[in-house]
Amino acid sequence: MASVSTEAAAVVRVRIPSPLRSYTGGADQVVVAIPVLAPEHPASLAAVLAAVEARCRGLRFRIVDEQGRVRPHIKLFVGGTLAADLAVPVPAGAEVMIVAALSGG
Amino acid sequence: MPRARTRPAAAPARPVTLYVATRKGLWTLASDPSRRGFKLAGPHFLGHIVHHAVLDPRDGRTLLAAARTGHLGPTVFRSTDRGRRWTEASQPPAFKSGSGRAVDHAFWLAPGHASQPGVWYAGTSPQGLFRSEDGGATWTGVDGFNEHPQRKAWCGGDQDGTPDGGKLHSILVDPRDAAHMYIGMSSGGVFESTDAGVSWRPLNRGLRADFLPDPAAEFGHDPHCVRFAGGNPDRLYQQNHCGIYRLDRPGETWIDIGGGMPKSVGAVGFPLVAHPREPDTLWVLPMDGTDVWPRVSPGGKPAAYRSLDGGRTWRRQNEGFPASQAWWTVKRQAMTTDRREPAGVYLGTTSGEVWGSRDEGRTWRCLARHLPHIYALDAA
Repeated sequence: MASVSTEAAAVVRVRIPSPLRSYTGGADQVVVAIPVLAPEHPASLAAVLAAVEARCRGLRFRIVDEQGRVRPHIKLFVGGTLAADLAVPVPAGAEVMIVAALSGG
Repeated sequence: MPRARTRPAAAPARPVTLYVATRKGLWTLASDPSRRGFKLAGPHFLGHIVHHAVLDPRDGRTLLAAARTGHLGPTVFRSTDRGRRWTEASQPPAFKSGSGRAVDHAFWLAPGHASQPGVWYAGTSPQGLFRSEDGGATWTGVDGFNEHPQRKAWCGGDQDGTPDGGKLHSILVDPRDAAHMYIGMSSGGVFESTDAGVSWRPLNRGLRADFLPDPAAEFGHDPHCVRFAGGNPDRLYQQNHCGIYRLDRPGETWIDIGGGMPKSVGAVGFPLVAHPREPDTLWVLPMDGTDVWPRVSPGGKPAAYRSLDGGRTWRRQNEGFPASQAWWTVKRQAMTTDRREPAGVYLGTTSGEVWGSRDEGRTWRCLARHLPHIYALDAA
């Protein structure tokens, strides 16, 4: 990826719910820069989570299973829209929100 | 041919620590040397579902806890100083990418053979077997089981099984041979490997499975808990969905030893514990398995039953327990013994009470109450 300049990086803010803040040092958000080839080819949600995982080791497995499926009752929003899967594009400047339901007694 | 036995020595009169794994975190109950006084400490991981916590008997300091949290995925926490500081496994148990399967939670933790420090096994829900060679930091699947072409036939689909999901439990490593292992599965049955998990075969002859079209099926059985007899790893005991059983190797056929239980109590339950040294001595804690399976103490009168003769006869032990209106449920890994002389026996209820006996079940007293739903007890 050495050929990707910083100008071609999409900056994405990821909001972290309280159950996952043990992985972020308590931070409620993580900002990551994702290399992109061009604005018309935005990063995927999978790439954003990979960038978060690189900084917050172990976080991804708590919300995405070993088959790449978002775990039941975990919701991922991109720019306020519920993401159907991890292939959803994340435009530069978009905000990703991780929602972890806390149902049950 | 049975291999040589070595009789385990009683532990010296030092304090006992119970690791109390609950639906809301992990607590410890530490005794004084007499085991009369117990002090509760914790919680660790408040709000996390802790299915099992086990101290490594090989080094006396490595403590693993199998956990998940609400809807977050499963993981394993590890400490190398008996729980003062914790780190998370960098690679928790997970099935192979592309297998289509996902671990819901690690359910059972078992230290490996004494000759293999750092080796641990984990059983998961749905049924999977995992191994760590670095004290629980990283886990890889035991392919001989997880990828076995018959695995799905043995266990059923991942939606089958107990109310909390099918699970692999009761991982037994022969103390004389690290390559010789048994596992129990609800559902699936008991399986044996003699090559460190490369190959497995069912070992269920003699067990009833009255919920299957063929009650004498080769697999698909529902062992709730399987233990080695104390001091004799050629003998296994099993609390099954359909009774209590004993297997004496090299025999291949389980013997029904639940027939001596009172008819009004029955032979259904979840935990079973063996005496740490006496191969003929074991305890069960009966649960009501009639009609819709209430899974509570029969009649609301809790009692352990002890056998001193390998299950031929049983004696009720309830001195100190509530005499009525006590509707306990005790899960399969929530009963244990210590290694002292006489052996201590302990149990934890889903209503958050820990009870203990320091005289091999003759008398019981409550050691802690008001805890969350207890999943597991382990004594060190």
